[in-house]
Amino acid sequence: MSVVLIENVHKSFGAVEVLKGVSLTVERGQVVALIGRSGSGKSTLLRCMNGLEPFQSGRIEVAGHTVDHDDRHLRELRKDVGIVFQGYNLFPHLTVAQNIMLSPRLTKGMKTAEAKALAERVLAQVGLAEKFDAYPDNLSGGQQQRVAIARSLAMQPILMLFDEVTSALDPELTGEVLAVMEQLARDGMTMVLVTHEMNFARKVADLTVFMHQGKVWESGPSQAVLSEPKTPELKSFVGVDLK
Amino acid sequence: MITSFGWQEALFLVGSVRWTILLTLIAFLGGGILGGAIALLRLAQHATVRRLAIVYIQVLQSIPVLMVLFLSYYGLSLAGFDLPPLLAASLSLGVYVSAYLAEIWRGSIEAVPFQQWEASASLALTRAQQYRYVIIPQALRLSLPPTVGFLVQLVKNTSIVSVVGFVELSRAGQLVNNATFQPFKIFGVVALVYFLICFPLSRLSRRLERVLNVGRPH
Repeated sequence: MSVVLIENVHKSFGAVEVLKGVSLTVERGQVVALIGRSGSGKSTLLRCMNGLEPFQSGRIEVAGHTVDHDDRHLRELRKDVGIVFQGYNLFPHLTVAQNIMLSPRLTKGMKTAEAKALAERVLAQVGLAEKFDAYPDNLSGGQQQRVAIARSLAMQPILMLFDEVTSALDPELTGEVLAVMEQLARDGMTMVLVTHEMNFARKVADLTVFMHQGKVWESGPSQAVLSEPKTPELKSFVGVDLK
Repeated sequence: MITSFGWQEALFLVGSVRWTILLTLIAFLGGGILGGAIALLRLAQHATVRRLAIVYIQVLQSIPVLMVLFLSYYGLSLAGFDLPPLLAASLSLGVYVSAYLAEIWRGSIEAVPFQQWEASASLALTRAQQYRYVIIPQALRLSLPPTVGFLVQLVKNTSIVSVVGFVELSRAGQLVNNATFQPFKIFGVVALVYFLICFPLSRLSRRLERVLNVGRPH
C-alpha cells in the first residue's frame, strides 16, 4: 500500500507556478529524499503533503487521507503524519515534556500518566531522556530538533516529513540529528525528507527525487541518481561536472 | 463661604480616590473582556467578522471618550434610559478601553511567530486549542508591558467623568477648590495622588518589559 500518492499536482503562489504537475509515490517503509536548488518546489511539495500549503489542482493522498481544504479532514490526516521543521518550532512557554504531551492529550484524549510514559519513551528514543523538564531555550539547536522529532513521534505517525531539519545546525549538531533519523529509518518509519545532506540521502534514502523548476526532473534509487546523474541539471547540482 | 484647606478637605480628597480606583477597575475589567473578544474577532478567519471588528475599533478610537460619555449619559437619558453617573461612566470608559486593548492584544497575538501556528496545526490542534494552549500564553507575555502602560492612561482618563457630576478624585478637587479657593495647594495634592498611583504602575510596566525580555527571538 502506498503511504503517499501524489498525482499531477499544480501549485501557484499568486502568478508564480511553483509546482508544475508533480507526481510521486512513496511505499510503506520507504525513505525518500527530495533534493534540488532553492525555489525548485521541494519544500512546497512537502508542505502540501500535510495540508500546510493548499494546491490548485491534482490529487494527494497521504496515509489513507485525501488532502483537501477541510479543517476537520486535515486534523485527522495530521494525527497520522508528523512534520519536523528547519526552525524546530518548539513551544517556548512549555517544557520539553509538555511540548510532547500536548497533542496526544488534546487530540487523542490521552490521560496524563499515559502521556507521561509516552513522552519518556520518545525522549529516550532521541537520546534526551534527561531533558524531560527542561525548557526549549535551555537546549542546543540539535537537542531542540531532536525534541521536535520526539514530539512528532509521540503522535505515532504513519509518515514523517522532514523539512531541511539540519539546515540551521552546525556539522556536529547536524550529525546527532541525522543519527536519530537514521535510526528511525532502520526501525521502518516511512519518511520523506527535504535535504541538502547528499551523503545522508545516499546512505539512508531508498529513493532520491531531484526537483527542478517545479517538476520531478530525475528520480530513482539514491545510489544511481546521485552517482550517475543523467540530466545536465542534476549533474551540475551534485557537482559531477567538477570531477 | 470660603473655608481653608484642612484635614476634613484632605480626607474628602483622599476618600474620593476610591471612586477613581473603582472606576478604573470596572472599566479595565469590563473593557478587557470586551476587548479580548474584539481582538479575536479582529483576527477571525471570516472576512466580514474581521471588518466589523475593524469598524468598531476605528470608530471608537476616532472619537473623544468625552463624546461617548455624553452620548451614554445625556443621549440615553433623553431616550428614556436614565443611567446613574457611575454606570454611564463605567460603560463609556469600558467601551473606550475595549477598543484600545483590542488593538494592543491583536498586536501581541500577531507578534507570536506564525511558525507557532504551523507547528500546532501540524499537531492536529483545532484553532481554539491553538489559541488556548500555544498562541495566547505567548501573546500574554508580550502584551503585559503595553497593557500595564495603558492602565496608567486609564487611571488619568477617569478624570473625564467629572463632567457628568461623578465625584472621583478630579471632581473632588474642583469641589474643594470651590470652597477654599486654594487651587495651587489643592490641585497640587490631586496631581500628587494621581502620580502616586501612576508612577509605580509605569515602573511596573518597564520592569515587566525587562523581566519578560520582550523582543527576544525564539
